[in-house]
Amino acid sequence: MSELVKRNASELVELLQSGEVTSVELTQAFLDRIEKLNPLLNSFLHVNTKEALATAAEVDRKRAAGEKLPKLAGLPIAVKDNLTTTDAPTTAGSKILEGWIPQYDATVVKLLREEMMPILGKTNLDEFAMGSSTEFSAYGPSRNPWDTDRIPGGSGGGSSSAVAGFLAPLAIGSDTGGSIRFPAAVTGTVGVKPTYGAVSRYGLIALASSLDQIGPVARNVLDAALLSDVITGYDKHDSTSLPESLGSMVEAAKSGSLKGVRVGVIKELSGEGFQPGVKALFNESLELMVKAGAEIVEVSCPSFEYAIAAYYLILPAEASSNLAKFDSVRFGMRVTPEGNPTIERVMAATREAGFGPEVKRRIILGTYALSSGYYDAYYGSAQKVRTLIQRDFAAAFEKADVLVSPTAPTTAFKFGEKLEDPLAMYLNDIATIPANLAGTPGISIPNGLASEDGLPSGIQLLAPAREDKRLYAIGAALEALQEDVWGKRMIDFAPEVKAGA
Amino acid sequence: MNYELALEKFEVVIGLEVHVELNTNTKMFCGCRNDFGDEPNTNVCPICIGLPGSLPAVNRKAVESSIAIGLALGCEIAPNGRFSRKNYFYPDLAKNFQTSQYDEPIAFEGTIDIEVPSGAVYTVDIERAHMEEDAGKLTHIGGNTGRIQGAEYSLVDYNRAGVPLVEIVTKPVFGAGAEAPELAAAYVRSIREIVKALGVSDARMERGNVRCDANVSIRPHGQEKLGTRTETKNVNSLRSIERTVRYEIQRQAHILANGGTITQETRHWHEDRGITSAGRPKSDADDYRYFPEPDLVPVQPSKELIEQIRASLPEKPADRRKRLQGEWSFSDLEFRDVVNSGFLDELEETVAKGAKPQAARKWWTGEIARLANADGKDVSDLSITPSDVAELATLVESGKINDRIGREVLQAVLEGAGNPAKIVADRGLEVVSDDGALMAAIDEALAKQPDVLEKIREGKLQAAGSVIGAVMQAMNGQADAGRVRELIIERANA
Ligand SMILES: [Zn+2]
Repeated sequence: MSELVKRNASELVELLQSGEVTSVELTQAFLDRIEKLNPLLNSFLHVNTKEALATAAEVDRKRAAGEKLPKLAGLPIAVKDNLTTTDAPTTAGSKILEGWIPQYDATVVKLLREEMMPILGKTNLDEFAMGSSTEFSAYGPSRNPWDTDRIPGGSGGGSSSAVAGFLAPLAIGSDTGGSIRFPAAVTGTVGVKPTYGAVSRYGLIALASSLDQIGPVARNVLDAALLSDVITGYDKHDSTSLPESLGSMVEAAKSGSLKGVRVGVIKELSGEGFQPGVKALFNESLELMVKAGAEIVEVSCPSFEYAIAAYYLILPAEASSNLAKFDSVRFGMRVTPEGNPTIERVMAATREAGFGPEVKRRIILGTYALSSGYYDAYYGSAQKVRTLIQRDFAAAFEKADVLVSPTAPTTAFKFGEKLEDPLAMYLNDIATIPANLAGTPGISIPNGLASEDGLPSGIQLLAPAREDKRLYAIGAALEALQEDVWGKRMIDFAPEVKAGA
Repeated sequence: MNYELALEKFEVVIGLEVHVELNTNTKMFCGCRNDFGDEPNTNVCPICIGLPGSLPAVNRKAVESSIAIGLALGCEIAPNGRFSRKNYFYPDLAKNFQTSQYDEPIAFEGTIDIEVPSGAVYTVDIERAHMEEDAGKLTHIGGNTGRIQGAEYSLVDYNRAGVPLVEIVTKPVFGAGAEAPELAAAYVRSIREIVKALGVSDARMERGNVRCDANVSIRPHGQEKLGTRTETKNVNSLRSIERTVRYEIQRQAHILANGGTITQETRHWHEDRGITSAGRPKSDADDYRYFPEPDLVPVQPSKELIEQIRASLPEKPADRRKRLQGEWSFSDLEFRDVVNSGFLDELEETVAKGAKPQAARKWWTGEIARLANADGKDVSDLSITPSDVAELATLVESGKINDRIGREVLQAVLEGAGNPAKIVADRGLEVVSDDGALMAAIDEALAKQPDVLEKIREGKLQAAGSVIGAVMQAMNGQADAGRVRELIIERANA
């Protein structure tokens, strides 16, 4: 654990504050590793070398001058490429935005700048965050540091592979149906989807507005909490953002205990269709929690059965409208067809050339679902399912403080394995989607390596809306128990990634 | 078809959609200045040009203005109003959807009484008033249609994108018969008056602050089923609204009477030719895929806010008219004349500045209206203020100048020569009230018409007229004709 880049973010913050390490040294160390491994992992679509080092130097100068600095000042971070940044291209993983440099910073990016965190670069994702593997990125997939023939999860596979491969200590993700939590589970990292509205979405290129939420990607719960405390808070630019404070996640993570905690196991998400090794690890986690004083209760959420169906109506419906603005008129790609190019033909040609297959698939689905005559049957029914799911959650949280399930049915799969079968791909998110539909928070924590393939698996904790603190408190307690058993961090089991492999 | 014949055969049903542009400082969903006359694309930001990642936030002032409009139209105010997205692709629509209210308008179910020039009053039911954002402005270059089809290229100005609008929609209006065209115009005039009185819009039709889409359908008398309607878009003056409705009634009657059918379509009004022409057919293909705007939380005005706005509403225009007519003791005809001339505000102010109501009325609806019409100008473009008119009326009232000089002074004011008192002083226009000077002129005139005095003595008072004319001519018109007449009669009876 001597290597600087492998240290936890919380330790790096201490090293920076004590002056043992300068921000320039630290930032350079990550940039060196990015230079070495990014050609293989493709975690970053754009590396912000100059700007990151400039921020780092500014932090070092201020620290040397004895000026007061924000807590995470000097700690580098990676940002998913669907957040706008004025100093780096923002593509959302799509050709249609290739080379676009936004005129404004996303609120979260602004907060990172105010915290004086050097932004290492922009991380890869499935085009417009539509996918579970990064295989739908227009710029090629990212690779899983645990096994580079496997997917790093998606859509936030760039952020998860960057954090798991030690290319960044922390990263920003966005989670619409599991895009933070699924990648975390398959890369042995921690990912949090906060309560809807906890983090401003201003500047997040929308996939599905009512489901999207920005959250932290980290290697442990405390590190995620550090980042959460920086990015959470009301923003007048996002009218769906929560006006009230949810408290300090760092404090929650430091004070966690499992004693007397009622842990609800969701009947509908605890068996069928899950890889045996994943299921076994989930049961081991439950046993650990019981030993630490938790009480296991079984809860039933019957409406979860309809979650994927509802999700794949609401998401495409909103996305079809959100993506309408990509028409070549004001920004991004413009394709002018031969002959007499009318505005309709230019728009059509641009969208034909600029959007990938999964994006087109969902635009067509969503357009259909919103069409008059179909609206009630599709979009309307899906919204009703949403209400039922919220009721299921409410009933379950009467009996339990947190709900748990495996984060994903399987460990990381191989590239191409599910590419031709959209439905199989969609099922990866079966456990994560209900929280997005209900607007409630969830966290994925690594809980071991599956016996059949030696790959990481994750356990998901879910809490009621605005009770994000529970996730950090209970998550940190579980993480500590597991690390005691393993004798080291989960991430330390990962094989060294070899450049040029 | 002849209008009278059309009405004999058919019943007319109209419906009006009026768009009112609010005069808030900033746009509906962003902080950009609500001022689209500026240099193109200067009042824009990531939100109103729909850059990826940007989000809307509702303008509180626009909500309050919309509530005020709703209350003034006697509407209920929705405690929980939602915005929706109206999806369609067009280059003036930055996001390719318009954020509008669809199934949950902020105001609904109102009524308004409208008086037409004949004096008849019709009650128009308001279906809804809802908030929405305006689109950008397109200018099509090349080609000769001025439309996007055939243009070489088009320019877009997004200064107008996101400007707050309130759309007021009536229920179908029945029973106006031959007065349907006048009712349509009077209704829009009332909406204009209301939003102006509320101070929520500049309400200038010629600038597009108030725009009207006129729906017209006809059906044979006694038929229950409504006829197919046409919607004539963006009719932008009161006169055009009246003409549009009248034209559509005749056009549709002609088609139906000849066994044809009406096509449901949008139409365009051509002011120059006085006709409407077919625009886009309305069909099932018009599917805007409305769904609730997920980026905005519902608008939930508190009861307190609604009551606060209700309490601060100005007097209703109809009530105000009733009050003013009483205060001024105008006959119905006189008052209607004032209302129809569009000078009510000016007249009220003129009276407030000291003019007698009748005198003020005569100036505004007479000479000023005539001069404005002759120049084809709007009242607000005339460079005369109510203070000027009050001053003018007072000068005439006190006998300092006579009516004819008054008209001359008015002309000078309009030409920018200053205010009436100054013009009278500068040009020495004050009437000659020195009886001595007048007598001298009278004697001179009588010397040329010696038989006049005898005729007056015989009771033929009109004989004085020719002497008065001669005196006025001699005095360059600067004499009080009444006084001249008195002096002549005195002389005859002396
Ligand atoms: Zn703006």
